[in-house]
Amino acid sequence: MVLQGVFIIVSLFTLLSALMVVTHRNLFISALFLVSTFFGVAALYVLLEAEFLAVAQVLVYIGAIATLIIFAIMLSRGMMQGRTSPYNAQAMWAGIGSVVLGLLLLYVVAFQVDWPVTDAKVPADTISNLGAALVGHYVIPFEVASVLLLAALIGAVMIAREKEY
Amino acid sequence: MIPLSWYLAVAAVLFVMGFYGVLARRNAIAILMGIELMLNSVNINLLAFWRYVHPTDVAGLVFAIIVITVAAAEAAVGLALFIALYRLRDTVNIDEVDLLKG
Repeated sequence: MVLQGVFIIVSLFTLLSALMVVTHRNLFISALFLVSTFFGVAALYVLLEAEFLAVAQVLVYIGAIATLIIFAIMLSRGMMQGRTSPYNAQAMWAGIGSVVLGLLLLYVVAFQVDWPVTDAKVPADTISNLGAALVGHYVIPFEVASVLLLAALIGAVMIAREKEY
Repeated sequence: MIPLSWYLAVAAVLFVMGFYGVLARRNAIAILMGIELMLNSVNINLLAFWRYVHPTDVAGLVFAIIVITVAAAEAAVGLALFIALYRLRDTVNIDEVDLLKG
């Protein structure tokens, strides 16, 4: 009962923050609401008993991605004032399409399908199993992800550096 | 116990909001924020299915970690592109970036 109340509060916080992200006129305020959305999602991960993912979410998404987004907003500062509307020419059709898609998803996913839910508990040594799996059974995705990060690092530096003419 | 369908519903609504953000916003960085919202909703789905269908198998956690990694790499490269674009065109509005238009 308490758990369900906590879930409802956390998910309302997350969804309202996400709504402010996509509708607010000032881009910097949108980025701050994105940070609060990420916090809400991390709280949902804790409710799902995936605590390692919750900490990784806070560290990577808020600590790196949201910070990077705020840096990029600062570096393109002229667009932040919010004097004009934040929406482009197809915003109304996008809204209609999104609402239709949302209703369809909610109907099918949440109410139609009988998911094979089990009552099994999360084992206590999940994190050590995760570590062993990342360098054992799933070593190839792990190494490919590290190569991807290296490529992204080099690529981002090359693309964004000042050109000396 | 929280039913699985509640988590899926929250993830679906979050996905649709990110979807709207990608389609309806004018600033390129706002579009990237919508993409990040969609990736977060996918992660919520992955972890909800892991927790309720196969909690003893760490495959769900590994998948979610890889998704976070790929999202970080893609956000970094995307923002580098926007910074370079701003330096070149002095704007990040997608309406005004139509060099290839016929």
